Parts: sequence; structure tokens; C-alpha cells
Amino acid sequence: MQETSALNGLTQTVMYVDEVKQIQAVSDRLHQDSRARAILVVDKNGQLIASAGAASELDTTSLSSLVAGNVAATGGIAKLIEEEEFTGQYHEGKGISVHMTIVSRRVILVVLFDKNTTHGLVRLRVKKATVELERVLEEVTKKAKTPQVNVFAEITDADIDNLFND
Amino acid sequence: MSFINYSSREINCKLVYYGPGLCGKTTNLQYIYNKTKPDAKGKMISLATETERTLFFDFLPLSLGEIRGFRTRFHLYTVPGQVFYDASRKLILKGVDGVCFVADSQLERMEANIESLENLRENLADQGYELDKLPYCIQYNKRDLPSVVPVEELSELLNPTRVPEFDAVATTGIGVFDTLKALAKQVLTELRKGS
Ligand SMILES: Nc1nc2c(ncn2[C@@H]2O[C@H](COP(=O)(O)OP(=O)(O)O)[C@@H](O)[C@H]2O)c(=O)[nH]1
Ligand SMILES: [Mg+2]
Repeated sequence: MQETSALNGLTQTVMYVDEVKQIQAVSDRLHQDSRARAILVVDKNGQLIASAGAASELDTTSLSSLVAGNVAATGGIAKLIEEEEFTGQYHEGKGISVHMTIVSRRVILVVLFDKNTTHGLVRLRVKKATVELERVLEEVTKKAKTPQVNVFAEITDADIDNLFND
Repeated sequence: MSFINYSSREINCKLVYYGPGLCGKTTNLQYIYNKTKPDAKGKMISLATETERTLFFDFLPLSLGEIRGFRTRFHLYTVPGQVFYDASRKLILKGVDGVCFVADSQLERMEANIESLENLRENLADQGYELDKLPYCIQYNKRDLPSVVPVEELSELLNPTRVPEFDAVATTGIGVFDTLKALAKQVLTELRKGS
């Protein structure tokens, strides 16, 4: 993942194939080791980066946006009471519980689990996965410092217009 | 912040509809939702109070066609308009790629429009953005009502920098897609400049 500042102060996140693969591998492993129902790795702005387990049965787009909104709101609360940042959240449901962890201040690791496992096991496995994710994200930050090709530099007005012609 | 994923070959952009309470932001999204083919949209989520006032945000994910082999997705958000929800509005502006300011054309809402526009500038500045450097357009909504201010006057008051502006009646859809397209185009053009 690459986060760069554009001229206008806008920032851009770029995820390359290698990084997504590594994040995917961490998610798959966490899914197995924790016996969770599903794993989502979500960017803090609400974009899904990777998912594992029963994620295909879920509306991951909506979930990602709500998870990010939730974390943003909690972050806002933390700021108001001068906590640095809450690093995680846990919501216990009758059937399914949700465990959320913020990793490297930029992605949210979401674990959905049921009676097939325990919160203790989930927490334990999440710790390990967090360390792995941190490592990937660190590599990524290094990589971001070297300039990459902008594939969109070549898009034309016609390309853009075509999107709206249906 | 636009999000380019080379693995899934997707571009994601975040568009925010801003404006005073009851100007028609949610109605814009509802109209877009109702008129978009099922395969090009996700669920619309409204975090609203029991009286249907936006509490945190509305969210509508749209998926347009492909550009250079990348599927383009737009995540549309609205903010809660009421003054006391300012903290929430700030959060929603995080990572924004383009803003549509929805003005309420009614004379009695001019004060509210001006206040909301100033609030938008301030809240963007808090996040390190400058409105004048962002993809940005304005919609003059509720043109069907009797007490509307002439568009020329609205434009002079709310659009000194002459960004793209559109008349609208969000309830019937007039101007809704024109506004969205204009904003989406600006955002994609910005992508071309890259970083
Ligand atoms: N007459 C008229 N009413 C509108 C128009 N757009 C929205 N409304 C109404 O204004 C009220 C507030 O709209 P809403 O979308 O909830 O405003 P929001 O607070 O900006 O999200 C609703 O009752 C809408 O039906 C319009 O163009 N004309
Ligand atoms: Mg609303």
C-alpha cells in the first residue's frame, strides 16, 4: 500500500499485487488458526483490502464502510477524551461476535466469529496476525517512497465519458 | 483519498454530499439508488434517527464501467446537516476525493446555506484540504418550490469561484445525475494527474 500526497493535498492509496497477496495470506492463516467465521482487512477509509472465510456470504462493501465509520467515530471519542487511540473494539452478539483491531494506524482487522471458537483464542491469533500485518505494511511504506508509474496518466476524456454512456 | 487496487484491478473514490439540514442530500442518494441497475450498486445504508434525519451518514456504493482495465467504484456519502453534528461531519470528510455542495434554493434557507458552506471550508481545512483545490460542484436544489432565489443570485452568493453548478429537483431527479457525473468526471481527471 502506498500513500502519497498529490499536488493538491489529496492523498492516494495504491495497493500492488504483491502486498495484497501477503495480506491475503495473513487473513487466510488467521481464519484457520482462530476458527473464525470470516476475516476482513479494511482500509481506514472503508475500502476492503482482503477477506477470508465466509466473507462471500456477507455484504463486505457495506460492512467495510460501517466498520470504518465506527472506528472513525471511536477515534473521535478518543481524541475528545485525550486518549491516543483505542486500538480495538469487541462486540458480542448472541450468534456472532466481532473483534476489530487497528493495525499500524491505517488498516482495520475484523474478525467475525461464533461458538465454534472463543474470544480468547481469537485474541491470541489476532495478536500474531497483527505483527505480521505490521511487517507487511512497513515494507509497503518503504516501497511507497520509490516512485511508481501512474497507469491513469494516459486516460482520455473519451475514456471518462464512456463510463457514463449506458 | 482514491484507492487503487492493482490486485482486484479497482479504483475506489469517495464523494461526499454536503449541505445544510433538509437541503436534499439524502434524497439525491435515494434517487441515484432507485435509478441504478442492480448490478451497478450495493446496498444503500442510512444511519438515521427515528424521524429519518441523517444521524451519521448515508452510504451508497456505485460501480461504473471500466477504465483501462480497472473497474471504477464510487462511494457516495452524505453528512448530517444539523449544526450540532459537526464532529460527525468532520469524520466523513476524511479521505474525500470530491465534494458536492447541495444548496437549498429557498430564500429562508440562505443563511443556512452560507453557514454550511463556511463550515465545509473549515472542516476541510482541519483535515488539511482546501476546497478550491478539490474536485467540487454545487447543486441548487428544490427548484420546484415557490420561494426560490434566482439561480444567478445563488451563484453569485455561493459560487464565486465558478465551479460546475446545477439546478435540481432531487425528489423527481432533475439535475441529480448531471451533478454526479460532473463530480465523478472531475475526480477521474484528478487521477490522471496522479501524484
Ligand atoms: N419540494 C422539494 N422537496 C425536496 C427536494 N429535495 C428534497 N426534498 C424534501 O426535503 C426534505 C429533506 O430532504 P433530505 O434529503 O432528507 O435532506 P437532507 O437533510 O439534506 O438529507 C424531504 O422531505 C425531501 O422530500 C426538492 O427538490 N423539492
Ligand atoms: Mg440526510
